[in-house]
Amino acid sequence: MTEMKYEVPTSLDDAVALLADGKGNAKVLAGGTDVLVQMHMDLIEPDLIVDIKNISELRQITKEKDGYRFGAAVSGVELMDHEDFCQTWPGIMDGVSLIGSLQVKGRASVGGNVCNASPAADSVPAMIAAGATATIVGPKGKRDIPVEEIATGPGQTSLEDGEIVVSFFLPNSAPGTGGAYQRFTPRTEMDIAVVGVGISLTLGDDGVCSSAKVALGAVAATALIAEAAAAALVGTKVDKAALDNLAAAASAACKPIDDKRGTKEYRIKVAGVLARRVALIALERALGGKE
Amino acid sequence: MGMKPSPFGTQIPYEEKELKVVGSNPEARPDAVDKVTGKARYAADINLPGQLTGKVLRSPHAHARIKSIDASEAEKLKGVKAVICRDDLPDMPVMHAAAGEIMVNFRDVTRTIMAREKALFDGHPVAAVAATSESIAKAALKLIKVEYEVLPHVIDVVDAMKPDAPLLHEDQITKGVEPTPEKPSNIAAQMVSKLGDIEEGFEQADLVVEREFNTKAAHQGYIEPHASLAIYTEGGNAEVWTSTQGHFLIRAQIAEILEMDISRVKVTPAELGGGFGGKNMIYLEPLAIVLSKKSGRPVKMVMTRDEVFRASGPTSGTNIIIKIGITKGGKITAAQAILNYQSGCFPGSSLPLCTPTAFTRYDIANVLVIGNDVTCNRPKVTAYRSPGAPMIAFGVETVMDEIAEELNIDRLEIRLMNAAKEGTQTHFGPKLGPIGFIETLEAAKAHNHMKEKLGPNQGRGIATGFWNTLGMETSATLNVNQDGTASLIYGTVDVAGGMRTAYSQIVAEELGIPFKKVRAIQSDTSSLGFNFTTAGSRGTAAGGMAAVKASRDAITRMCEVAARIWEVELDQVVWEDGHARPASSNVGEFEPLSLAEIAMKAGFYGGTIAGHAEINVTGGGPGFGTHLVDVEVDRETGAVKLLRYTIIQDAGKAVFPEYVKAQFHGAAVQGIGLALNEEYIYDENGVMANPGFLDYRMPVASDIPVIDTQIVEVPNPNHPYGIRGVGEVPIIPPLAAISNAIYDAVGIRMRDHPMSPPKVLAALDEAAPATAAE
Ligand SMILES: Cc1cc2nc3c(=O)[nH]c(=O)nc-3n(C[C@H](O)[C@H](O)[C@H](O)COP(=O)(O)OP(=O)(O)OC[C@H]3O[C@@H](n4cnc5c(N)ncnc54)[C@H](O)[C@@H]3O)c2cc1C
Repeated sequence: MTEMKYEVPTSLDDAVALLADGKGNAKVLAGGTDVLVQMHMDLIEPDLIVDIKNISELRQITKEKDGYRFGAAVSGVELMDHEDFCQTWPGIMDGVSLIGSLQVKGRASVGGNVCNASPAADSVPAMIAAGATATIVGPKGKRDIPVEEIATGPGQTSLEDGEIVVSFFLPNSAPGTGGAYQRFTPRTEMDIAVVGVGISLTLGDDGVCSSAKVALGAVAATALIAEAAAAALVGTKVDKAALDNLAAAASAACKPIDDKRGTKEYRIKVAGVLARRVALIALERALGGKE
Repeated sequence: MGMKPSPFGTQIPYEEKELKVVGSNPEARPDAVDKVTGKARYAADINLPGQLTGKVLRSPHAHARIKSIDASEAEKLKGVKAVICRDDLPDMPVMHAAAGEIMVNFRDVTRTIMAREKALFDGHPVAAVAATSESIAKAALKLIKVEYEVLPHVIDVVDAMKPDAPLLHEDQITKGVEPTPEKPSNIAAQMVSKLGDIEEGFEQADLVVEREFNTKAAHQGYIEPHASLAIYTEGGNAEVWTSTQGHFLIRAQIAEILEMDISRVKVTPAELGGGFGGKNMIYLEPLAIVLSKKSGRPVKMVMTRDEVFRASGPTSGTNIIIKIGITKGGKITAAQAILNYQSGCFPGSSLPLCTPTAFTRYDIANVLVIGNDVTCNRPKVTAYRSPGAPMIAFGVETVMDEIAEELNIDRLEIRLMNAAKEGTQTHFGPKLGPIGFIETLEAAKAHNHMKEKLGPNQGRGIATGFWNTLGMETSATLNVNQDGTASLIYGTVDVAGGMRTAYSQIVAEELGIPFKKVRAIQSDTSSLGFNFTTAGSRGTAAGGMAAVKASRDAITRMCEVAARIWEVELDQVVWEDGHARPASSNVGEFEPLSLAEIAMKAGFYGGTIAGHAEINVTGGGPGFGTHLVDVEVDRETGAVKLLRYTIIQDAGKAVFPEYVKAQFHGAAVQGIGLALNEEYIYDENGVMANPGFLDYRMPVASDIPVIDTQIVEVPNPNHPYGIRGVGEVPIIPPLAAISNAIYDAVGIRMRDHPMSPPKVLAALDEAAPATAAE
């Protein structure tokens, strides 16, 4: 029987070297709330586990001139405890605080949530709507990509062997911007999104929406950017007509499957319902930001 | 059907008296600290030196002939100490026995724990290994080559009843039908319960409503997975530690299946992490013993959650047709139920138990209940808390509401007008004794819950439930210790922690000593005579009666000691307030002797004091309850939110009131889970799609509203403390209550379970396509 190795590097270089050595069957471990569950269920059998929690770059939350940067292995609870971050990014926190229970969030990271590449990952739609990018290092060096380019399908990412997400960057948003995320689950918590909607919208001084981004979770193989849905808001005061158009466009953008978690029709319908509800929260936050 | 009460059973009449311990909440539950500090030992916590890990290879097919099994590669793997399959277990003839509340057939039991000719469900065991580590055991499973011939399968009960359905058992001829059918079918048996003349009853009715209902299979959802540790010694004895509701039944099943003498098998029940009817059956125990026998080492086996869902007993999914006839005045004249129940891969659903409950809450002269027990490619169903009854109540109680609405009679009123009471003739045989059903309905009427205002999209539901209390063989020994404490050794597994508390209260009350001086300890199978399993709400009632009997027996022994010390006759001594006293002043001037004094002197005056009970308890009092629930329906998503819940139930006598309420809560929460989201989902290959708590959605704490409880006490006349079973009744009404509340809120009748958001939304859309988009 082969044995599984467990390594705890303290620098990025070491981590990248270990992963490059480990070839295909090495696994990055952050909070482990996906990895350990998958191992327990015999879905994965890694030969090498590289725990990245002791690498300082992955654990910091820093306010930079152009925005906020937070380490990929920062836990949900660490973000929830960071007052300024929470105030600045309520939409992101809507998503983060929905992940599992308090115990789960004590371990779970946004990096893990993004890299696990579940279409239903709760932090992802709001991150996409906020225009977040990821800083990645690997054997070939460093690169920055938008968050939506990480997941390529359920459980699949664009990361190459040996690559690690180091941090996420959230660019400062324009004044009058509000973001929100909501999901629908049959249970009130400890459940997986049947549909998730993240919206970020910016209002001009006249109260007219000048830009918007809508991202939908759990309705396709990866989180979707619903451009037509965003367009339905731009140039409006986010009134009833705009919301109706948003809902219709969000529903139209869905490419869901039928599965044990919901039927196609149900997901399509609820995507529109949620889009409307989320837009109203984002609107309230955008207005709040101005007052 | 079901288990017939013995004519030689024990009943001790109810005595009204002032109580010191029974009926009040003890300061602390004796099991609580060890449980919350992690010191309580569940089956998976028990280890023996040198033990191996056992793992089961399971069929990935819903239905397949097993052509061959080749384990040679697995046997060669380093660290593998034994591999077993069908050839290592003796075949069994047709032989029936009671396993908890439902009957088993040993021919089928051996085939359930290890497939023989065919794999009959996804997850059916086909082989097992014991190895020095879990990873080696898992690797070994992958090396076992099983050649399957995949056969067409059938999952749904209605499909399984069709004449062209794939047959699970090619020789299965429906029992209970005249004339005997010539062709085999998946309908294993038909059972009928009737009263009066059903045709005439419907003729007398002014209104007849007939509705069809479908419910999905659901799991008991115990948090603790099945776990067993076994050792088989060269001397030919087997010892097992296991997670069970009934160690004596498990012992009997093991002995039968492995062709051993009962005396050679010892079973110790570990602390139980939930059973709810699902832990009355052997699964891992015989496999662990055979693996131990083959390897010469102890073998421990623990199921994963996936295995628990796929291969341990859920309750039946059902198709039910309810028909009720009523006069304009509101008198029910006839009631009929057709119950089509999944039994899983072998016959034996809970129909024999739940058919009697179908209409027993109401006084109806003409009743017909027809039950069809239907095999399909699913795990063999087992009992689940009031087995089979919640689904019937789902139908009956929603039809009751429809009738009430149609006749313009208040929903509680129509139930009161037809309520069963003392003297009501049941459709399963006996007339009812004193019961508290009307009291629960009256209490509901008066409850402040009924006055709470409802907002838009909010509604209130009402439903009722009935379940009988089982008696059966019950044993206990009460040892009076030298220091004046008492140890009750009980044989009914304490399934939730409350029983040992209640037994201690009863013993303390009987002996007249403080609660803290009594400790109730779970027996293994060697320390007491046979005890039936903890099922049918019998734990506190039957075990409590044994505790009374054993206490009174010990009191007689203590009085004997006092008589010897005082040199008087036994009948000149009485027991009062924890002391032996002279029966009257004529006996002589003697200082009363305390229990502690007698215990200290007993050795010299005849020997250690112990009291015994080996009885078959009969006369268990039927329990009735009424539930109220308020819900709010989100018209856009179909989500049903519970706002408030109230449970009112007759407990006969609540020995430990807080714990009775906890039983109400626990059962209702399970019923709520059943109502809202819980269901077995199978894919097109007959493979379970949701074998885990993520997608098998039991409710979480935040899904549950505040639950009010009200205990009604109409004593059971056949029990010394008036106790009725309480654990099962409260899971019966929630399905119906919630369905009725949804109707009250948004005007749709949910007849398909679960009432999950997609189903509710689809029903809303169907009811009002025009307004849905609004
Ligand atoms: C009980 C429970 C409830 C849950 N509820 C939710 C929920 O409500 N919503 C939700 O979205 N999720 C939920 N999850 C899933 C999980 O908690 C989240 O996806 C979590 O964010 C994963 O983070 P982690 O740090 O634990 O990741 P890990 O398990 O450590 O890793 C997840 C994946 O990402 C990879 N990875 C991790 N970090 C990096 C990195 N920096 N660079 C490259 N690859 C990396 C790992 O190799 C692995 O493939 C739940 C899980 C459990 C056990």
